[in-house]
Amino acid sequence: MNAAAPSQQGVRVTVQGLRRVFDGQPVLKGLNFEVERGEVFVVMGPSGSGKSVLLRHIIGLETPDDGDILIEGESIQSPGVMDKYRMAMVFQSGALFNSLSVGENVGLYLSEHQLKSPNEIARIVKEKLEIVGLRGQENRSPSDLSGGMKKRVAIARALVVEPHLILYDEPTSELDPVIAVTIGEEILKLNRRIHVTSIVVSHDRELAFGIADRIALLNEGQILAVGAPDAVKNNPHPRIQEFLTANFNHNLEKSSS
Amino acid sequence: MFQNIGELLLLFWRTLQALPLTWRQRRKVYDQLFEIGNASLLMACILSLFIGGVIALQTGPLLAERGLATLIGSVVGNSMCKELAPVMMSILIAGRIGSAMAAEIGSMRVYQEIDALRTMNINPVHYLVLPRLVAISCALPVLVIFSIQVGWMGGALVSVFNSKIGVSFPAFFNNLRDTVDLWKIVNGLFKSFVFAVVIGVVSCHQGLQTIGGPRGIGRSVTKAVVNSIVLILILDYFVTRFLMYFD
Repeated sequence: MNAAAPSQQGVRVTVQGLRRVFDGQPVLKGLNFEVERGEVFVVMGPSGSGKSVLLRHIIGLETPDDGDILIEGESIQSPGVMDKYRMAMVFQSGALFNSLSVGENVGLYLSEHQLKSPNEIARIVKEKLEIVGLRGQENRSPSDLSGGMKKRVAIARALVVEPHLILYDEPTSELDPVIAVTIGEEILKLNRRIHVTSIVVSHDRELAFGIADRIALLNEGQILAVGAPDAVKNNPHPRIQEFLTANFNHNLEKSSS
Repeated sequence: MFQNIGELLLLFWRTLQALPLTWRQRRKVYDQLFEIGNASLLMACILSLFIGGVIALQTGPLLAERGLATLIGSVVGNSMCKELAPVMMSILIAGRIGSAMAAEIGSMRVYQEIDALRTMNINPVHYLVLPRLVAISCALPVLVIFSIQVGWMGGALVSVFNSKIGVSFPAFFNNLRDTVDLWKIVNGLFKSFVFAVVIGVVSCHQGLQTIGGPRGIGRSVTKAVVNSIVLILILDYFVTRFLMYFD
C-alpha cells in the first residue's frame, strides 16, 4: 500500500463474475459491475443481501470462489497490485483500537510502516482530524467517543493512507439523522476534494440518493440494477420498488389488503 | 486436531520469521512484559512459597523417620527447580496471561480490528503475536527464577519450624547446595521457555481464530487455557526425557 502510486487519485474498479459460497449457501451469485475513477458508487440492498461480503472481497479480506476484482485492469490476486494501489476501508463499527488513543489510531498506518517521523505523523494526524471536524481530539480514548465521532475518526484513519479507493461499510448505521447527514457530507466532500473513488455500502436510502453518482441495487447476491440515482428510482422491477418505497403506511396497507 | 497442530506450527514459524522486527515492536514488548510481571509476580511468589512448604511437609517427616532429615534440602531444591516451579508457573501464566491474550486478540477479531489492520497492510502476526510471544518467553523464565527461590524458602521454613523434621537453615541449604547445581536450574528455565512459547502460540492462535460475538470470545479463552495446560503437561514428559540426555 505504500509503493509508487499512479498520478490520478481515483482508480477504476471492475467486478467480474464474482461468486462466493459460505457453508453451501451462495452469498454472491456472479456479480458484474464497474466503478469509474473518482465516482461515489453506492451499493444498496436489504440486510443479508451480500453487501458487506462484496466490500470485503474488493479490499482483499476475502477470496472469491470464482470471478475476479480488477483495479485499473489488474487483478487484486496478482502479486503487488494491493501494494500498488492504496485502499482504505471504514468499517461499520469503526474498528478503532481501544488500546490506542484517537491520535495513535489515526496515525497507526504511518507509525507502523515508519513512513514519517513522529512530529510529521502528529502534524498529519492533526490535519486529518481537522478535515473530519475533530480538531484537538488526539488524546481522547475511542471508548469516550460517540458513535458518530468514532465513524469520523475511522474516516480520518482511512484518509491518512491517502487512498485511491475508499470503501465505507454502512457509514450511517446506528447514527441519528443529523450525524448521518454530516457523515454523508464528509464522504462527498472528500470525494470532491481528493477525487478518490468511493464505494459505499448502505441500506440508507436517503444517504444513497443524496451522495451517489451511481447506485447498484443488490438483492440475494445478485445485482438488480446499476445506474444513476434517477434511473434506479424509476426502475420498474417490483423488488426494487418494494425496497425503495417501503414505509410503515405502505406495509400496513399491504397487510390489510 | 491435526489441522490445529498444523496451524499452531505455522503461526509459530511465521512469528519466528518476524523475530528481526522485535526491535521495532519494542514498546509493545515492554507493555506486555509489564503486564505479565505486574499481574503475576505476587501470585507466583505466594504459590511458590506454599508449594515449597508442602513438599517439605509431605516428605520431611518420612525422611526424618529414617534418619535422613538433612536430605530435605535436596528434595525441595531439586523438585522446585527441575519440575514444580516451571510447570506450576506455566499453568499459572496460562490461566492468568494466556486467557488475557486470547480474550484481547479474540475481541479484536470479533470487532473487526484485525481486519482493519489487514486493510492497512499491517500483519497481525507482527503487530499482535510477535510482541506477546517475545514478552512471555522472556517473562516466564524470570518468574520461574523467583519461584524457585521462594519455593526453597517455603521448604526451608517448614523444615526448620516443623517439629517432625527439625533441621536447621544451614543444614537445609548446605544439602540443597550439594545437589542442586546451575545445570539443574538451567534445566527448569529451558522447560519454562518451551512452555512459554506453547502458551503464547496457543493463546494467540485461539484469539485469531475467534468467531461469533462475546460467546465466541469466551469459548476461545477456555480453549486457550485448557489446550495450553494439556500441552504443557504432555510436553513436560518429552522435554524432561530430552534433558535427561544431557544429565
